[in-house]
Amino acid sequence: MSLVTTSASVWRDIRRPQRLIERSAMVYRRNWIIILSGLFEPMLFLLSIRVGLSQLVGDVEVSGRRIAYDEFVAPGLLAAAAMNGAIFDSTMNIFHKWKASKLYDALLTTPLTAADIAVGEIGWAVLRGTIYATAFLITMAAMGMVESAWVVMAVPVAALIGFTFASLGMAATTFMRSWADFEYVPAATLPLFLFSATFYPVSAYGDWSWVVNLSPLYHGVELVRAANLGVWEAALLAHVAVLVVLGVAGTTVAARRIEKLLLS
Amino acid sequence: MATPAAVRIAERELLLYRRIWRENVIGAFVQPFLYLVGVGVGVGSLIDDGGDRAAILGETSYFAFYATALLATTTMFNTSQEALWPTMDGFRWSNAFRGMIGTPLEPRDLATAFLLTFGGRALVTSGGVACVLALFPSTRSLGLFGAVPAAVLCGLAFAMPIAAWTGSRDVDNTFPAILRFVVMPMFLFGGAFYPVEQLPRALEVIAWFTPLWHAIELCRGLVLGGVDTGSAVGHVSVLVSYIAAGWLACTIVFDRRLRP
Amino acid sequence: MPNRNLGPIFVTVTSMREGVITATGLVKSFGGLVAVGGIDFTVMPGEAFGFLGPNGAGKTSTMRMIGCVSPPTTGDLQLFGLDPRHDGRTIRARLGVVPQMDQLDNELTVVENLLIYARYFDISRREARSRATELLEFVQLSERANSKVEPLSGGQKRRVSIARSLINDPDVLILDEPTTGLDPQARHVLWDRLYQLKEEGRTLVLTTHYMDEAEQLCDRLVVMDGGRIVAEGSPQSLIATYATREVLELRFGRGRNADHVADAAEVGERVEELPDRLLVYTTDGEGSLATLRNRNIVPDSALVRRSSLEDVFLRLTGRTLVD
Repeated sequence: MSLVTTSASVWRDIRRPQRLIERSAMVYRRNWIIILSGLFEPMLFLLSIRVGLSQLVGDVEVSGRRIAYDEFVAPGLLAAAAMNGAIFDSTMNIFHKWKASKLYDALLTTPLTAADIAVGEIGWAVLRGTIYATAFLITMAAMGMVESAWVVMAVPVAALIGFTFASLGMAATTFMRSWADFEYVPAATLPLFLFSATFYPVSAYGDWSWVVNLSPLYHGVELVRAANLGVWEAALLAHVAVLVVLGVAGTTVAARRIEKLLLS
Repeated sequence: MATPAAVRIAERELLLYRRIWRENVIGAFVQPFLYLVGVGVGVGSLIDDGGDRAAILGETSYFAFYATALLATTTMFNTSQEALWPTMDGFRWSNAFRGMIGTPLEPRDLATAFLLTFGGRALVTSGGVACVLALFPSTRSLGLFGAVPAAVLCGLAFAMPIAAWTGSRDVDNTFPAILRFVVMPMFLFGGAFYPVEQLPRALEVIAWFTPLWHAIELCRGLVLGGVDTGSAVGHVSVLVSYIAAGWLACTIVFDRRLRP
Repeated sequence: MPNRNLGPIFVTVTSMREGVITATGLVKSFGGLVAVGGIDFTVMPGEAFGFLGPNGAGKTSTMRMIGCVSPPTTGDLQLFGLDPRHDGRTIRARLGVVPQMDQLDNELTVVENLLIYARYFDISRREARSRATELLEFVQLSERANSKVEPLSGGQKRRVSIARSLINDPDVLILDEPTTGLDPQARHVLWDRLYQLKEEGRTLVLTTHYMDEAEQLCDRLVVMDGGRIVAEGSPQSLIATYATREVLELRFGRGRNADHVADAAEVGERVEELPDRLLVYTTDGEGSLATLRNRNIVPDSALVRRSSLEDVFLRLTGRTLVD
């Protein structure tokens, strides 16, 4: 009960999180090339798979339909790109602002609150992830990998994936003591990247396929894939629910930790 | 007889390495294992079921094809990163290299010491990957003992030229681009995931000039058999040329930087 | 003092109004450690109020509570009649804070630091731009407006911090050790700017462990030691109460200072023995020195100076400020 009430108080404290996004926009106005170069990597993955691997693999069966391998992988890569972008923004970058430049200490002397900081920083990560996802989607369409017009729904889905992972990443960052702790970040994201039905259908895991449900990224991949195929079913709501719950929990923890550690 | 200068510098690096070896072992063992199970087994099962596998890979399973490339790619990633930020630290942030040059050591000794330190890192990394490959029957082969030194050459062929670049820089803002626009494309198009013959002709020709392609061909040929002496010598000479050019560039750059 | 004649006017104004900051029995503890052990003070509008004390006296903890970034453990604290526990956000909107370590945004330029800070206070972009220009002029950094923060000198960074803290036209400006770590010239530039703010009638609350700073800037101050307030008053009144008009500093050389404590006590009201010298508190330093010389007691060196807050602190705590 008390956890519920304190969590609610975090969300009531949100006033002007958009100021944090304004700040990030100001910073990246000069460094836009960094954002641009981030678009490049997932597109290279896609191109490499299309050029070489597709022919090796042949078609893959999904939802009772046979599609080319590159069309199968593309949604997985899009979801993974949204995750990786969000994680990068919400771990290293946030740790630097927290510990090295003391940005959040300075922000808390203004009318902004800990909740504003958490929501604003996560919001920026979501925004950046959404830009990446949109660019990736345009590339997919240009390469003819799009199956249905519903694929535009992949953009809000990518934003949701970004929200989930930025929240989890920021919450985890509030527990980090030094840069050395960041070694554990790829230790967590690499298995997610590889084992979330990104590169092959869940059926490849046989009896162990239920384990994949434990990966938050898997739920994102399923949603993007459904968007690309234009297959809408009620079961997708469960995937959405998982991502939303994790995201809300992560944001709450992040805001509570900032409050606890910086407002002592 | 006195200890050679480069060895004395390498001793310092060994001292530092004792503090970070855990991270390196994770990178050398756990990460390739995940890739192997994730991509090798998973994608492998898709490929071995259908597509034009036989026409493209012949008798080789996709798992074995991909796994052998990991020796080269893992070492490449590890030493490339090592030649960026940690090396920049010695030049710029902690200035340890400038301190060394204040002693009787020469910039040229530093370049030679890099051969030892990056070679050592590459040995640990490729040794770790080889241990992983030894776990699987299709890649368990005496050829692994030849593939490890081949992967070390691969690591040096990346580390030495990159270290020369690092030595010439005042800020690290180009470093992510090196990984993104040089190392990553080689990983994706250099023959790790599929034979370069699959690529459009122009890309295939470019791939022939990359050190990674030669290293992958060499490692794969040694472990799975099927590399003849002539082409093995060819691959080794290309890798050695990259290392020699990198070393030479390092001596020039370090001299300019540390004794302006 | 250029505005001494304004004194009485201020007194009438302030006495008619409530204090901007009032603290009663204010306590801050971290686990078992008591940083602030129950203090009372009132800061009046337009006044420059100082917390003087050595490191670890509880000054910064007090400042953090005033800045509403650290809730009091017990006791009562009010700013503008509001309680930081409930109205922190409203209070912070009316404060300007210059922290001990500059917390400037290193990813932005000097002027961008001011602009984005204005946005945190919900000031419109247009208004922010005109205020930023004005404030950079005030801290004499207009020509560095588009420079990054990193290459600035310590004194320049501190001036950016001050400009940034003024962006919301705060009713109270809080400065934690404003000149610590700066070279003498940079300190004087900063004092000049702060003095101007004081003359404009802005309420200043500052901590310092520099006596000269407290004497120059503060209308009234409290001396803190071990989390408690040990004295309160204007610099002049504190000196008058706890010291004499002048101090005669005598050095007899290593190990021989102690031999002359009794002689020194005969020519002054009080003597403090420090490791390297004796301090003789007296109304007439030169006179006391002459008396000693007449008695054939000749120190290696002697110096007469006006007594300062350093002497007040020594008297109150038995310790010097810089240990």
